[in-house]
Amino acid sequence: MTQLAAPREGASFDAVALYIFTGVAAFLSLLATAFTPDPLFRAQGYMLLAAFVVAFAAMSLALASGKLRSDPTRYADGVIRAGVIATMFWAIVGLSVGVLIASQLSWPSTFYFPDLPWLNFGRLRPVHTSGVIFAFGGNALICTSFWVVQRTCKARLAGGVWPWFVFWGYQLFIVLAASGYVMGITQSREYAEPEWYVDLWLTIVWVAYLLVFLGTIWKRKEPHIYVANWFYLAFIVTIALLHLVNNAAVPVGLLETKSYSAFSGVQDALIQWWYGHNAVGFFLTAGFLGMMYYFVPKRVERPVYSYRLSIVHFWSLIFIYIWAGPHHLHYTALPQWAQTLGMTFSVMLWMPSWGGMINGLMTLSGAWDKLRTDPVVRMMVAAIAFYGMSTFEGPLMSIRTVNALSHYTDWTIGHVHSGALGWVGFISFGAVYCLVPWLWKKDRLYSNALVEWHFWIATTGLLLYIAAMWVSGISEGLMWREYTPQGYLANAFVETVAAKHVENIIRTIGGLMYLGGAVIMSYNLWRTIRLPSTAKAEPEAAVTPAPLLAAAE
Amino acid sequence: MWKSHEKFERHSLILLIGIIIVVSIGGLIEISPLFYLESTIEKVDGVRPYTPLEQAGRDIYVREGCYLCHSQMIRPLRDEVERYGHYSLAAESMYDHPFQWGSKRTGPDLARVGGKYSDNWHVDHLTNPRSVVPESNMPPYKFLAETDLDYRNIEQRLRTLRTVGVPYTDAQLTHAREDLETQADPFASQRSGLKQRYGAKANQRDFDGHPEQVTEMDALIAYLQVLGTMVDFRTYHADSPENLR
Repeated sequence: MTQLAAPREGASFDAVALYIFTGVAAFLSLLATAFTPDPLFRAQGYMLLAAFVVAFAAMSLALASGKLRSDPTRYADGVIRAGVIATMFWAIVGLSVGVLIASQLSWPSTFYFPDLPWLNFGRLRPVHTSGVIFAFGGNALICTSFWVVQRTCKARLAGGVWPWFVFWGYQLFIVLAASGYVMGITQSREYAEPEWYVDLWLTIVWVAYLLVFLGTIWKRKEPHIYVANWFYLAFIVTIALLHLVNNAAVPVGLLETKSYSAFSGVQDALIQWWYGHNAVGFFLTAGFLGMMYYFVPKRVERPVYSYRLSIVHFWSLIFIYIWAGPHHLHYTALPQWAQTLGMTFSVMLWMPSWGGMINGLMTLSGAWDKLRTDPVVRMMVAAIAFYGMSTFEGPLMSIRTVNALSHYTDWTIGHVHSGALGWVGFISFGAVYCLVPWLWKKDRLYSNALVEWHFWIATTGLLLYIAAMWVSGISEGLMWREYTPQGYLANAFVETVAAKHVENIIRTIGGLMYLGGAVIMSYNLWRTIRLPSTAKAEPEAAVTPAPLLAAAE
Repeated sequence: MWKSHEKFERHSLILLIGIIIVVSIGGLIEISPLFYLESTIEKVDGVRPYTPLEQAGRDIYVREGCYLCHSQMIRPLRDEVERYGHYSLAAESMYDHPFQWGSKRTGPDLARVGGKYSDNWHVDHLTNPRSVVPESNMPPYKFLAETDLDYRNIEQRLRTLRTVGVPYTDAQLTHAREDLETQADPFASQRSGLKQRYGAKANQRDFDGHPEQVTEMDALIAYLQVLGTMVDFRTYHADSPENLR
């Protein structure tokens, strides 16, 4: 714009700070790579070194040519565009690995390679879970939160170039973690597998994320903080807390990959599941509820159903979720008082969860016709419905006697996927379908018909998946406890493995269909980006501002 | 009443502090008592820290993500106790950093797998699971038998474990390498330092069928063979007075 006429100023402080940080990090990773006695650590060191050297070189060029300056009158959307692309990229990767490991369980002789240990189930399963939760889900959360916080605060992202650090730093975390898993670097703590140095790196990135998010809220021109931001904030803060406590560990050496958990046995188990269940509660629920509270009202152009309900459900949800962890440890060596507390709060959790569901669904009041006309709305409504379904199933499974049957079985896997594919996946896809035309200034998606195809293929695949896991989970649970009339156990363990073969295949097909939907979506988005741009400026200018909380009073 | 919520909506720091307080309560009440209530872990005779070879095997178990399909926690339910053995005691995993109770049984529970199968069976099964269990969908671990165990830093590993609370003695630390090699050496004396330091019950033999080298297979099988065998359930009675605290 008028930049050409402006005199060349020195680079901004935030850019110089990041430049120095990158240089120091490159130097430190060079030293670590050079001096480590651990070959695995050296392999990871090379990755760090390459990442920081490339970042340093890119920043040198950018600073020399006077870039990396932000225009305070415009929203920072470049980093969100990058986030949307990363979200879809990791969705495809994470889902593909899921299909691969499902195939391994269905056809072990075909999909295992005795000479390629890094392709074994035990190493790939964390790649799948981290890939879909942290890579796909995390990128979706970061990029949507950056969009939402700017629009609802009417302020540009704080921190100048640091949002880009959050973006690239997070991708580096994912690459370090996933490459570590296949090399055999893992803490074997479920959903917290990355080793200590990757955890430290994530901590740095996460603090930067928190500061960018809070800094934007501090700059806001709206007096109120919008409800979506409460949820995003609770997600960011609580994940930081969980991450720090659960990953407390002592490394074998400063230049070694291996570390030992600071806790052991019973205490370690409860801390891990306090973390594990709240990764569900705050990463996969609170964060995505933030997404729901912005994108659903925006897309259907209706205010949030109830302001009071959002207050009650926000505070009760975050208070009660934290207690629910021990339901993963029923009938174990964990003291029974802790198990009972966990079960009680898990059952109570049903209410705030459904409060959120009702608030989301009823936002469609007066706009239910969009369910028929707009497949993106249908996808988000299906997400909320699956949220309601799995938050009913969860409390049910947390009851001790039900858990006696369901624990250790495929039922748990089915439950997780109804939440992950149904709720997290669909609400993210819905948000991304909204975001892409907004970000790239198009007046529509390339094809609504392809969204329809995506919706129906993915929904069918998801239902196949869940149904197969219900059948296999409940039948293996019943087979394990089945007795002959003479009072002997009726089944050897391996008979229950053999009995699940068909369900494993159906599950693989279901996963493949869900992946197929994501591929169709990526094609649709790519064609949307290539559509001619409309001259229309910010969508905010045309559409009414973010629905005010008080509107429903 | 609803009006007063404005404070949270207008001041980000009050909102932030509110969130931190609300999400801290549950964890504090549930987790912190486990560190001081003595009834959480009741001392049981026989539970000892792992030998260096067993710990190296455990590190391989952790590396390969075995916990994703195998639990190590037998619940006090009739069918589990009959299928796997006595239900797991808290004390049996008190030296496990990290715990490996698991959450899924794609394969059977391993909490008491020690001594149930021969070393040879384990070698065959790990090399190609379907050669001994045709219906199995477990991955093959042939490479373990072909890879020399890397124990350059075994003493440092045990020392780190002592830092986080495993009561290794100074002698156990300084003899870590020696004890590791002794345990996999079929020709070592049965009155070795290993047995003095870890008890006469410690398994001392060649585990993988290749006495000339210490492989990852040796370490993993040494670990599997000790699982659940430390407590003697002929003398342990859950309802005896000293266990009813």
